[in-house]
Amino acid sequence: MQQIVDTFRERVHAAARENKPLRIRGGGSKDWYGGLLEGELLDTRAYAGIVDYEPTELVLTARCGTPLAAIEAVLAERGQMLAFEPPHFGAAATIGGAIASGLSGPRRASSGALRDFVLGATILDGKGDVLRFGGRVMKNVAGYDVSRLLAGSLGTLGLLLEVSVKVLPRAAGETTLRFALDQAGALRTLNEWAGRPLPLSGSCWHDGVLSLRLSGARAAVEDARRTLGGELLADCAPFWDSLREQRHAFFGGDEALWRLSVPSTAGPIAPGAGQLIEWGGAQRWLRAPGDPDTAARIRAAALAAGGHATLFRGGDKSVGVFQPLAPALARIHERLKAGFDPANIFNPGRMF
Amino acid sequence: MTASIPLGLPVDPGRRRQVAAALRAVLPERCILSDPEDTRPYECDGLAAYRQLPMVVTLPDTERQVLAILQVCRELGVPVVPRGAGTGLSGGAQPLADGVVISTARLNRILRVEPHARTAVVQPGVRNLAISEAAAPFGLYYAPDPSSQIACTIGGNVAENAGGVHCLKYGLTVHNVLRVRACTIEGEVIELGGEALDAPGLDLLAVFIGSEGMLGIVTEVTVKLVPRPALAQVIMASFDDVALGGNAVASVIAAGIIPAGLEMMDRTSARMVEPFVKAGYDLDAAAILLCEADGTALEVAEEIGRMTEVLRQAGANAITVSQDEAERLRFWSGRKNAFPAAGRISPDYYCMDGTIPRKHLAQVLARIADMEATYGLRCANVFHAGDGNMHPLILFDANRPGELERAEAFGAAILALCVEVGGTITGEHGVGVEKIDSMCVQFGSRELEAFFAVKRAFDPFALLNPNKAIPTLNRCAELGRMRVSGGVLPFAQLPRF
Repeated sequence: MQQIVDTFRERVHAAARENKPLRIRGGGSKDWYGGLLEGELLDTRAYAGIVDYEPTELVLTARCGTPLAAIEAVLAERGQMLAFEPPHFGAAATIGGAIASGLSGPRRASSGALRDFVLGATILDGKGDVLRFGGRVMKNVAGYDVSRLLAGSLGTLGLLLEVSVKVLPRAAGETTLRFALDQAGALRTLNEWAGRPLPLSGSCWHDGVLSLRLSGARAAVEDARRTLGGELLADCAPFWDSLREQRHAFFGGDEALWRLSVPSTAGPIAPGAGQLIEWGGAQRWLRAPGDPDTAARIRAAALAAGGHATLFRGGDKSVGVFQPLAPALARIHERLKAGFDPANIFNPGRMF
Repeated sequence: MTASIPLGLPVDPGRRRQVAAALRAVLPERCILSDPEDTRPYECDGLAAYRQLPMVVTLPDTERQVLAILQVCRELGVPVVPRGAGTGLSGGAQPLADGVVISTARLNRILRVEPHARTAVVQPGVRNLAISEAAAPFGLYYAPDPSSQIACTIGGNVAENAGGVHCLKYGLTVHNVLRVRACTIEGEVIELGGEALDAPGLDLLAVFIGSEGMLGIVTEVTVKLVPRPALAQVIMASFDDVALGGNAVASVIAAGIIPAGLEMMDRTSARMVEPFVKAGYDLDAAAILLCEADGTALEVAEEIGRMTEVLRQAGANAITVSQDEAERLRFWSGRKNAFPAAGRISPDYYCMDGTIPRKHLAQVLARIADMEATYGLRCANVFHAGDGNMHPLILFDANRPGELERAEAFGAAILALCVEVGGTITGEHGVGVEKIDSMCVQFGSRELEAFFAVKRAFDPFALLNPNKAIPTLNRCAELGRMRVSGGVLPFAQLPRF
């Protein structure tokens, strides 16, 4: 394994020397996400394997190229899971790619985001040095929390070699309820329920139907089911998988897919467009063109609602994939990038 | 630590006049303290062994005033030390003889509680507990509950990424803060995070939380509020052996349970707090475990039942379940009051804060017991058992020659031990000035350089809370990456940034 790191380091040194950027890639399952793909391919998949897994410590450490599916299988054997339910978007997805993309699944609003579960990371920085941040323990405030900064950094700060994540037990009970509600009604109801001690673990509103997942102690789930009513959806796991992996019919077709991240209490946005709402109202998917005019309208609407919009999939990336940053924040980003990757060789243009 | 060592460097009166005059030009008189009589209360935080009179103290009322103070400090090259309630235990708010303190005492308003959105927008000087009190009428509360929550402020919690006894299930500050608004030393107002669940770009909010006041001055925080569970009940279990107690914790987790709280106390701690709180602790037990379940009545009954069974099988020889809220609070009272109790039985105490992988608990406690003999001091252990965060309390008397030095050496040895078994030198109290040398044990020069790169990205002038948290390579080199053995560290002689 050390040999592989040495090879990576040589690639980094050569890239810096020759001013030829690298395009870091695991399984390539999220190649379509983010900005431009530039640079020579650096495939991380050889650097794979679970380094340490202690179910009773609730911590798993794995090398970047480890397939996400392999990690989930090992966790499932011990009745545990990655509670942020990372989308795979393809069988080849790796843990390194999941961390770099920073995407979380249906459980996000109740269990937390991917970054909330990152405990430590080892990276190869732009100088080819191996740096270790955080650790394999739950609580750690020694030094700045660089490991969480790496979550969602799209490989722009360094080559993630190894990551430690907090894992959680799977719930003993799980069920899904369905309610007929219009968008405004669903948003109001979801926010009301989220303010009550209910074992919510996922929500999806689409086309007049609100699906609500409950997970927890069997008694809690049963209690909540009685309180909330609704119609029981038998064998609900495939439905939530289809959401996480965006295989649900809503995500089909060629039209661009926009992701709006807004306060959950924001009222209906762009009600004309096809929409699917997750995370208790905080994540809204829109099918709309990815052209400059639409982009400007959607960005303005997201901003007015107190959030931001991402051209998640498809469309014309020249309109900008991510919402532009305020100048003061952009400057901090540039300096961080220069600190970790002074020669600007890691995934240039993938984020900004 | 409560012992007082008069270590302060002298404040240059001419410089003080100059800086105070510049501040008076932009601030109302009531916002500035420069007479030593007035600045004396700011000479230390919870790490009271180290005292230093600040040059000037400012108490801004508004964000605009914070920006004005920062402009003066930037122009005159004056270091800035932010301060909340001053309850921190690592010296993060310790003043500088040539520095200006920005106290958030007047930035203490709860701006909004939004029950429907389950958020509260507050100024940094609002006390942790005050947020939960304001949210209580809506059945909501702010989850992180450091033991000092009655006094500590949300601004300080953000700076230290504060935890508490319920963070295994409910998370740390970083998991419960949605947005931070802060002033940079460059004079700009930045918004990190937001009221949505994420923000574009790098996750600067994550790196800002726990940055010990070194990246910006917080002026507003949006926190997440969560529904208060209908019911909470706690199990108190006794074990004859600390290793059995540690294994019992692992068994609870292995059974797929995440308790709302999971705490352990050793015999020394139980005997220390019992006369003080009369909680009814088993004083013969080697370890006492507190396991809390919360949720609906049925859910709590189910979880308490399962935990009781697991604890019994793990060798608990006495198990008591709280029967009402008063009893639950009484069981917790000893744990929450361990520090004041230590102050009651010992003239001084030194609270440590390492985290270890829990499986090494028995070994670490045995080695701490050996160290008690080596350093000739007693140590009581309280432990956030669920997440591996230990708080050894070293008891000493600073009036006895050499005891403070031995206490510090003992503490540094415990931290080195935490790192040795794969843990960290601080779980929730921060590095501050206290553990700055132990950082050299945990991190190599390349990581320290990366930390400085983060620091420079936010604070290119190195004026915000300098000489804290991150040691320079020089400093580590001079210490030979070794812990300090004996002697109070002078903290201003070496350049650290």
